[in-house]
Amino acid sequence: MSGTDLLVVRGLVAGYGAAPVLRAIDLTVPAGTIAAVVGANGAGKTTLLRALSGMIRPAAGQVLLAGEDLRGTPVEQLVRRGMAHVPDGRGVISELTVDENLRLGGLWRRDRADAGRALDEVYQLFEPLARRRRHLGHQLSGGERQMLALGRALVGRPRLLLLDEPSLGLAPRVVARTMALLRQLRDRTGLTVLLVEQNVRSALAVADQGVVMSLGRVVIAAPAVQLRDDVDLRHAYLGF
Amino acid sequence: MSATRAALPPTHQLDDPGGRPVDRRRGSTLLRHLAVVLAAGLLLVALSYAVEPFRNFQLATVAAYLCATAGLTVLTGLNGQLSLGHGALMATGAYTVALCQTAFADRGMTGGWLLPLSLGAAILSTVAVGAVVGVAAARLRGPYLAGVTLAVAVVVPALAVTFDGVFNGEQGLSVPVEPPPLSLGPYFPYERWQLWVTGAATLLALLLLANLIRSRYGRTFRAVRDDEVAARLAGIHVARTQVLAFVVSAATAGLGGALLAVLAQSVSPGAFSLTLSLFLLMAVVIGGLGRLTGALWGAVLLVALPDLTHSVTEMLTLSPALAQRLEGNLPLAIFGLTLIVVMIAAPGGVQGLLSRLGRALLARRPTRRS
Amino acid sequence: MDRFVFLTVDGLSRGAVYAAFALALVLIWRAARVVNFAQGAMAVAAAYVAYTVSAATGSYWLGFVVAIVAGLLLGALVDRVVMRHVDHASPLNPVIVALGLVLLIQAVLGMVYGSEFRPAEAPFSRSALTVGGVAVLSPYDLFVFATIGVVVSALAWMFARTPVGLRMRAAAFAPEVSRLLGVNVGGMLTLGWALASGVGALAAMLVLPTELGLHPHAMDLVFVSAFTAAVVGGLDSPPGAVVGGLVVGLLLSYVSGYAGSDLTPLAVLVLLLAVLLVRPGGLFAPVAARRV
Repeated sequence: MSGTDLLVVRGLVAGYGAAPVLRAIDLTVPAGTIAAVVGANGAGKTTLLRALSGMIRPAAGQVLLAGEDLRGTPVEQLVRRGMAHVPDGRGVISELTVDENLRLGGLWRRDRADAGRALDEVYQLFEPLARRRRHLGHQLSGGERQMLALGRALVGRPRLLLLDEPSLGLAPRVVARTMALLRQLRDRTGLTVLLVEQNVRSALAVADQGVVMSLGRVVIAAPAVQLRDDVDLRHAYLGF
Repeated sequence: MSATRAALPPTHQLDDPGGRPVDRRRGSTLLRHLAVVLAAGLLLVALSYAVEPFRNFQLATVAAYLCATAGLTVLTGLNGQLSLGHGALMATGAYTVALCQTAFADRGMTGGWLLPLSLGAAILSTVAVGAVVGVAAARLRGPYLAGVTLAVAVVVPALAVTFDGVFNGEQGLSVPVEPPPLSLGPYFPYERWQLWVTGAATLLALLLLANLIRSRYGRTFRAVRDDEVAARLAGIHVARTQVLAFVVSAATAGLGGALLAVLAQSVSPGAFSLTLSLFLLMAVVIGGLGRLTGALWGAVLLVALPDLTHSVTEMLTLSPALAQRLEGNLPLAIFGLTLIVVMIAAPGGVQGLLSRLGRALLARRPTRRS
Repeated sequence: MDRFVFLTVDGLSRGAVYAAFALALVLIWRAARVVNFAQGAMAVAAAYVAYTVSAATGSYWLGFVVAIVAGLLLGALVDRVVMRHVDHASPLNPVIVALGLVLLIQAVLGMVYGSEFRPAEAPFSRSALTVGGVAVLSPYDLFVFATIGVVVSALAWMFARTPVGLRMRAAAFAPEVSRLLGVNVGGMLTLGWALASGVGALAAMLVLPTELGLHPHAMDLVFVSAFTAAVVGGLDSPPGAVVGGLVVGLLLSYVSGYAGSDLTPLAVLVLLLAVLLVRPGGLFAPVAARRV
């Protein structure tokens, strides 16, 4: 089993200043699966993603990506290891055009030809973006920004995609489309996704594994189906 | 545990927003400041008898600089406005005093009240200039404010050349100053008299500043510095506060410049270049922004460091040309380097280091006991 | 009329230099949110290096190239050794540090070279060619226009069309996101400082022959004029910096020609205050800048 685990987190402690937000997180995400991290506000979900991608420095613990220890790897190198992080608020650079945003996602790649192919694929995947190539980021709608952020991550052909609250502020139909797309990417390209969501229902609907966080710890990691169906668990931790 | 906590210094005093408790405290604050100023005055008088005339002159120069640095530290440290133009404000005061004293002398007027009158005029004219710059400054932030005041610092000394009919160009003006009053005896050293005059003026200015800082106005200064929006929501008129801070700061800078002119008995644009403005800023930053004691350290440094490098270059045997180059520039280089290092390593300045040290010593004692 | 033509051309020539210097200020402002008050001093330092090289080799052009290289290196050095370590929490801090650099650089130059004016050589004649009896343009003016034109176009092309330009813009607008996308943000910042300082050195090389000569303080007033130009155009706008530079150059030329050169510093101050009080965001800003 461990041979196919793309992401392994052991005893991760991290936070801002003195008080740790994450207290000893253990987490395993098998390759080619979608894991949904859910939990109340302030459980540490966003902090977990920020610690994984090195935006905050973990105080202790280990993060292994395909068996490689990521400790001490600078943030800008992680994308070269196959990790893409789409931050909350989505991080579209609003002063740049759609095309520039997307190209930025593949600038680090040595294989220029494949970077070009990846860019074309993203334009096929998200047609509205192709129509708005020359528009600036701040001219886009919320749904288009979502596509742009996701597409920009995909231009780098990541192995692991960290997605922070993709449903935030979007219409239910857009959310459903995003979730369906994630499943499609998993099935077609073997993409591994670690998804942080407030929207528990739609996250668990698409995920293979559900991870429930509370006060900086993982309290349950179980198949998503089980979490969906276990009424007691849902009541206790998820409130629906 | 409780012993440790009790020994921790009160880092943030709660500022009551007006009301009775503050009023009661203010009476005692005024008295305390008066006592400090009186003690400092007595110390100065004692010192003026104890040290040689040249040191008297140096102390007087420190006092004159202290006026300017104290005003600047109130503006930059307490109110968060950066001014690179205080050298120009000092020039305003200096030229006013020169023009007044010359006018009095030309009319053959004499009397002990003339110098205070000239100094008052210097303060008034600087207040007027400071109000103009301050009104502009209140609308500007960060680099824009720095740029405008930098332009003031570069341009104003050049005006002395532009209007050389009044200001006599690069040559500058002389400042006729009367000798010490005869009642002090016929052989009273002139330098001691200079120290008395500048010391008295500076102590008076410091007393007023210290009380201003502890007053309602001082709190609004800090509130505006820390968060303009919050200050506005608390009912503080931000722009008016900033203009007031600038005017107060300009007044002390003008007085400082006037005192310098009286000490040197001459003024010229070269003495009030951009470098002087940078010196003043450096002095308050190195001394510790926002603290009057820091302004004192800065003023001492302004006088002591060139003196020190002078002694050093004299000790080394150098060719006259090289010695001259070093003497003019070594203090500048040291100032610049110190400024950079202090900003990176110890943003609290000398006074910040001292109080941190004091706090560490205070805090250690009870912990050792427990 | 002849005089007007002459003053206009002279103003545009000076303005081109201000434009380049203002552009350098804007580059750093956009990349690091720092107005580099030390830029004048840094540019003078590079010009002194050129002076030394030219004096030793007898070649103006070698000195010219060395000045630009020295400018690039000095910019990178200032970023890596100094600015990188400054706490940017208060906008006052980088300004104060830059002023410390001004003192330090000018003092070091004074110690090494002394405070007397050194002649700054012009590679082409500065006497104007006459067209139809009207003195219009000197070969040196042409050289200035051509050089600045090439540099400004090259910078514009680099930022708009090349991957490194895209990286630099992204790093300036959104450093955190850019790092997640694999952009070496620190490296881009250093590159920005180097480029700006190189452009500043070039501007100094072009302007010094038209002034009194080489002196540690030779760029003080040029800096103030260029800062004014950058503010006129809006600190965030590179095209604005170019237009602002030309506007300031023309204004100073007319003031100096019709009212007396003594008044030019005052004219700069008045223009700066007027722009900041009427349109704090610069003439090209869509909305007034921050009004809290």
